[in-house]
Amino acid sequence: MEKENANVLLHVDNLVKHFPITKGILFQKQVGAVRAVDGVSFDIYQGETLGLVGESGCGKSTTGRTILQLYRPTSGAVNFGGVDLVALKGEDLRLMRRKMQMIFQDPYASLNPRMTVGEIIGEPLVVHNVANAKEIQERVSNLLEVVGLNAGFANRYPHEFSGGQRQRIGVARALALQPSFIVCDEPISALDVSIQAQVVNLLEDLQNQFNLTYLFIAHDLSMVRHISDRVAVMYLGIIIELADRDTLYLNPLHPYTQALLSAVPIADPVADSKRKRVILQGDVPSPVNPPSGCRFRTRCPIAEGLCAESQPKFRELKPGHFVACHFAERFV
Amino acid sequence: MHDYLLDVKGLETQFKTPDGIVHAVNGISFGLKEGETLGVVGESGCGKSVTMLSVLGLIPIPPGKIVAGEAFFFGQDLLKMSKEEIRHVRGAQIAMVFQDPMTSLNPVLTVGLQLVEPLMLHLGMTRKQSDTRAAELLEMVGIPKAKDRLGDYPHQFSGGMRQRVMIAMALSCSPQILIADEPTTALDVTIQAQIMDLVRRLRDELGMTVIWITHDLGVVANLAQRVIVMYGGYIIEEAPVKELYFNPSHPYTLGLLGSLPRLDEKGRHRLTSIDGVPPVLFEKPVHCPFAPRCKFAVEHCWKENPPLNEVTPGHRTACWVDVKTGRER
Repeated sequence: MEKENANVLLHVDNLVKHFPITKGILFQKQVGAVRAVDGVSFDIYQGETLGLVGESGCGKSTTGRTILQLYRPTSGAVNFGGVDLVALKGEDLRLMRRKMQMIFQDPYASLNPRMTVGEIIGEPLVVHNVANAKEIQERVSNLLEVVGLNAGFANRYPHEFSGGQRQRIGVARALALQPSFIVCDEPISALDVSIQAQVVNLLEDLQNQFNLTYLFIAHDLSMVRHISDRVAVMYLGIIIELADRDTLYLNPLHPYTQALLSAVPIADPVADSKRKRVILQGDVPSPVNPPSGCRFRTRCPIAEGLCAESQPKFRELKPGHFVACHFAERFV
Repeated sequence: MHDYLLDVKGLETQFKTPDGIVHAVNGISFGLKEGETLGVVGESGCGKSVTMLSVLGLIPIPPGKIVAGEAFFFGQDLLKMSKEEIRHVRGAQIAMVFQDPMTSLNPVLTVGLQLVEPLMLHLGMTRKQSDTRAAELLEMVGIPKAKDRLGDYPHQFSGGMRQRVMIAMALSCSPQILIADEPTTALDVTIQAQIMDLVRRLRDELGMTVIWITHDLGVVANLAQRVIVMYGGYIIEEAPVKELYFNPSHPYTLGLLGSLPRLDEKGRHRLTSIDGVPPVLFEKPVHCPFAPRCKFAVEHCWKENPPLNEVTPGHRTACWVDVKTGRER
């Protein structure tokens, strides 16, 4: 929160990830690319939660996976605690992975149904060869208790658990190697409302307990506001606005952020009826062939000729408040 | 009392599964006033969709079974109608929009053909008349170049556009009641806002009565006039929309509102989560279905399931405890 003197844990610089589209069977040639992430730059400070929001297909999950080198980036740099992850290979990269883990969206698909809960949570310890069998057993019981499950559950299989409990197992697995950084990729969107709050509270407690840094990817803007210290908004492969959460939610400077926020219903009939709603027309364009200039111009209520010609720079308009819009000054 | 457009009394639906009989809906009663928008809120498995499917005769029998209940619509009991009779009501007078626009359209038929079907079936239009009408309908739900798109297949439309097509289809025979079953859950927020705006506009233009099923208390807040909250196959609270949000009287509703972060949240606070998980009812509970997760539970809650009683005019709740004082009523 005191950002000026806080330590930067992760520095992402102009990260690009293109997925090739190929043609032909034997002699494949690339005919285009899905520009899933097209040059994003941001910092994550030690101990904070950075929320990453956007609509489906905007590249937020790809950004998370590319940071962890689950996808190797097309270009750009990811600096994690002083080490450039993009340059690392093989054993060096594997050792770095201990420090960064991931919690996945779907608690039904991300746990192997043929492994017991104990095996699932203990697997990172086995893979990284950091503990013997007895230590693993102790650590698993300990982790289960940390995430609010009974230590006796270690011998059960994932199907015996509800969605919320499974997500707790996924969290325990992510914590097994005592990482400092966790990418939470929509960890609650598959859960029921009353269960979502349980998991979010757990994530907050663990952050305080273990001094974790989170990249929290989600499309639920209310939840992102609740959990994040700072929030980045993505649209079609680029970050269009980044600021601390209260600034972003109270005074958004990008027309897309404004529309996105106004589209979220509030569970309060009086407050909700007073709000001004900006309804965007049309759908998100294809990332294979994004619009020229500003990518949002095709749906933007204030777009002008300039927007089609040049891509707005991602600039720091106010201290700590970055925005990519030619006309953002109007909203200051 | 009120004259209800749709009056459901004592509806009970069960499903036979290999593990036993699941009591999905356990004797619920509610009325729908003409011209109103009724929100039905609850988590997955609470029986909100099964209630509506039962009323429309869309429950597969077996494994499903409607054990008891009546559903009066213009003096006729929908639950006693033959398959043939209810087919004339469904689509023509009561229409439904489903959650997933990706799977509720037939992928091998053109959108035009799917739109024309109810028109020819229910209204007896000729192919030519119904083609014109189909184009009008697509235009009404805001699809650009509607006429040219009739020959397109569902995969050529985006998610939001497909949901618009579904709405056009539901509205094609000018139904009195539109039942929308989580129509925006699969969509992005900006598209959700488009669809909600569309439904609100069409409802006001056509004077339709709407039942909007959702798990999102935010969506209901700015759409419905009255809200029903369901839990474990029971209605546990029913109130006018403002009353429900500002004066919730059931611990579950209270918990649900507390576990929701708000977009206009100020400062940091902890969400008040509800412990435990929603029940799967293999037996009809003798106690209050929410008692195992309830912070307010007293002895009485474990002995008898509370009936849905009126606390203030129009506001009904099924709880033995007054959540304001924490004491038994």
